[in-house]
Amino acid sequence: MESATQPAGVAPQAAEAPPSGTPNYLTHERGLWSWLTTRDHKRIGILYACSLATFFLVGGVLALLVRLELLTPGETIMGADAYNQTFTLHAIVMVFLFLIPGIPAIFGNFVLPIHIGAVDVAFPRLNLASWYVFMTGAACAIGGILVGGVDTGWTFYTPYSSQGTNAVLFMTTAVFIAGFAGIFTGINFIVTVHKMRAPGMTWNRLPLFVWAIYATAIVQVLATPVIGITMVLLFLEKFIQIGIFDPALGGDPVLFQHFFWFYSHPAVYIMILPAMGIISELMGTFSRQKVAGYTFIALSSVAIAFLGFLVWGHHMFVSGQSPLSSIIFSMLTFLIGIPTGIKVFNWVTTMYRGSVWLQTPMLYALMFLFLFTIGGFTGIMVGVLSVDVHLHDTYFIVAHFHYVMMGGTVIALLGGLHYWWPKATGKMYNEPAGKVAAALIFVGFNLTFFTQFILGSRGMPRRYYDYADLLDRHPEFLGLHQASTVGSWILALGLFLILFYMLWSLFKGKPAPKNPWGAVTLEWTHTTTPPGPHNFDRTPLVTRGPYDFHLADDVFGPLHTGDGAGDGTAQG
Amino acid sequence: MADTTVAVPPEAHGHRPPHLQHHFVTSEQQFEAAKQGMWLFLITEILLFSGMFVAYTVYRVWHPEVFAHVSELLDWRLGLLNTIVLLTSSLTVALSIHFAQQDKQRQMLICLVLTILCAGIFMLVKYIEYTGKFEHGIFPGAGYAPHGVGGGHDYADYDVAYAPQFFSIYFVMTGIHGFHVLVGMGIFTWLITRVVRGHFSSAYYTPVELTGLFWHLVDIIWIFLFPLLYLI
Repeated sequence: MESATQPAGVAPQAAEAPPSGTPNYLTHERGLWSWLTTRDHKRIGILYACSLATFFLVGGVLALLVRLELLTPGETIMGADAYNQTFTLHAIVMVFLFLIPGIPAIFGNFVLPIHIGAVDVAFPRLNLASWYVFMTGAACAIGGILVGGVDTGWTFYTPYSSQGTNAVLFMTTAVFIAGFAGIFTGINFIVTVHKMRAPGMTWNRLPLFVWAIYATAIVQVLATPVIGITMVLLFLEKFIQIGIFDPALGGDPVLFQHFFWFYSHPAVYIMILPAMGIISELMGTFSRQKVAGYTFIALSSVAIAFLGFLVWGHHMFVSGQSPLSSIIFSMLTFLIGIPTGIKVFNWVTTMYRGSVWLQTPMLYALMFLFLFTIGGFTGIMVGVLSVDVHLHDTYFIVAHFHYVMMGGTVIALLGGLHYWWPKATGKMYNEPAGKVAAALIFVGFNLTFFTQFILGSRGMPRRYYDYADLLDRHPEFLGLHQASTVGSWILALGLFLILFYMLWSLFKGKPAPKNPWGAVTLEWTHTTTPPGPHNFDRTPLVTRGPYDFHLADDVFGPLHTGDGAGDGTAQG
Repeated sequence: MADTTVAVPPEAHGHRPPHLQHHFVTSEQQFEAAKQGMWLFLITEILLFSGMFVAYTVYRVWHPEVFAHVSELLDWRLGLLNTIVLLTSSLTVALSIHFAQQDKQRQMLICLVLTILCAGIFMLVKYIEYTGKFEHGIFPGAGYAPHGVGGGHDYADYDVAYAPQFFSIYFVMTGIHGFHVLVGMGIFTWLITRVVRGHFSSAYYTPVELTGLFWHLVDIIWIFLFPLLYLI
């Protein structure tokens, strides 16, 4: 498809394929061994993508089982102990094996070096090692399941966790090992951004995705060791009863909560900051406009990273900490809403008078704006002490964090998946199927989780196996739980549809043009599709910012191979 | 957004030193990147130990008399000896880097060997301390059952509430620290095998530098552990 305004004599982008026989990063070496010993950041990103997709599938099936059990009061498909293990494992897999490595491991690895004009990350062998370390941690978690599973909740509160089964030893070890993978990745990205930028790629010319990954990497490096030592201490508490966290031995269970949440709160910013980075890219490209407030968005990532370390006590308002501590944590929690809001306002502004193109990645970006804003607002709501006293440990909290983690991170990840799929695979996914799946996910997600806000605000506690006893005073709980379960089926249908048409595209998809979105960051303008093994023919010399759309059109000719929207001027 | 040609230094094509990895343009870039990476890793180690220092602080603030009393069972003279030994080993490792920068292979090797020896003495002293504790029934955690008499102490005096917490923290902190000393000894041994094979010179001694940085961290953690556990 050629734009009507294309100057004569300029070859259309779709034909700008490299001479046949030029190897790309997928074809220049073949065989399983070449994948398992690769140092190529793009292949490592693919390795992580396959692993994380698998764990997302496992965690998702566990979620479907949880919701299926709650379809009817009393036992539906499993007993109470199995239910406790199921929701615990769902969260452990989703948090530690999917969301935390998440976007940095897949898209950070694949895209970040190209975004800064580099050949690879600073430490390619460490990068490969991080994947093996991660898989070792995952294997340890599987070991924990095989020896009987844990039913403590993913939060492992003591003394229940330190007095329970030996599976806790496997799970703490798994989290410790997987944490190292995150540390290695974080170290790699920080040094890469510091030392590997192409000439002319100043900090102010970095794509906002890079700023987001950089801020995330700082959090990973500073926060992850704390969960590491927490897991070591919990392991020893269980193994030799060191008496730090168990009150029967003289320890303090609230101390465990402080240790745990000191990491686990920054961890949620590890999950969301990269997602926000993707949204910045999508908003710019699919509005065909410079992202508004570049400096504010970049610095707000750093602000969120910093403030994220100061608010862990908002998970402990009802744990018995002093009212003064609670007040301070509450105020600091409100503060984090500010840089977050700054981003949302700037993204909306990016669309204003832009040339908005509603392709699947943009649909996910718009879904993010809606769903993440709900999640963020409800977070501020439960940051209010008087509100949290009622809503803590209810379904309101469950709905809040699913709106931010799934409605935020997963939606942004899916947007990035669709956006970078052509670049990574050289194939186009089926766009109408993409839109259908996005609609199913939107409907399914809201049906699943909005009902949970209502359940929670009316008093339905979380992690409860059964709600039969509550139906006398809350007959509406039955309908709400059933609606939520049906929502989970629609959500699952949408996600399975994505899996199907993405895999289908690998075999039968149309070959992708070099730049199907008309984007202007380096991966779209200066690499082939898919990229060659060393990304660039020659080191790029960067002379302009990352989102100069109409300037790029002057240099390269119109890049937009889509529906012709926009004629290359700022007003579209 | 970008033009596509740029001048690169002669090191980038043509004569590339064997140690220069392909994704780096100059040796200096590679060395700087490696040092940054190691510093970031050391920051994570500091945060790892911080968790234990926080646990120590919390329990000390809650039970100051117990902690002050029970810490009498730690022999400050052995702790001081270990402090001197580790400081010496930091000196020898710094010297080995200095000699690497001057292409003095033999002196570099001697200093690395001395570093391992110091580390070995440290572990030997810790072994003596630990077995001394075990003999009198002092174990981490639930096994804490002090008994007997020795070194001017009647161990039954130390069978008080929250004394187990002190020794749990002592064993965990010095144990994890000791683990890092052992790992360091292993890395230094590996370094020595590379030194004798002539891998290092004034042009390239990055692994020596990075291991030195790691070792200094191990030393400085001990500098904080020693007074908190042994002296107060």
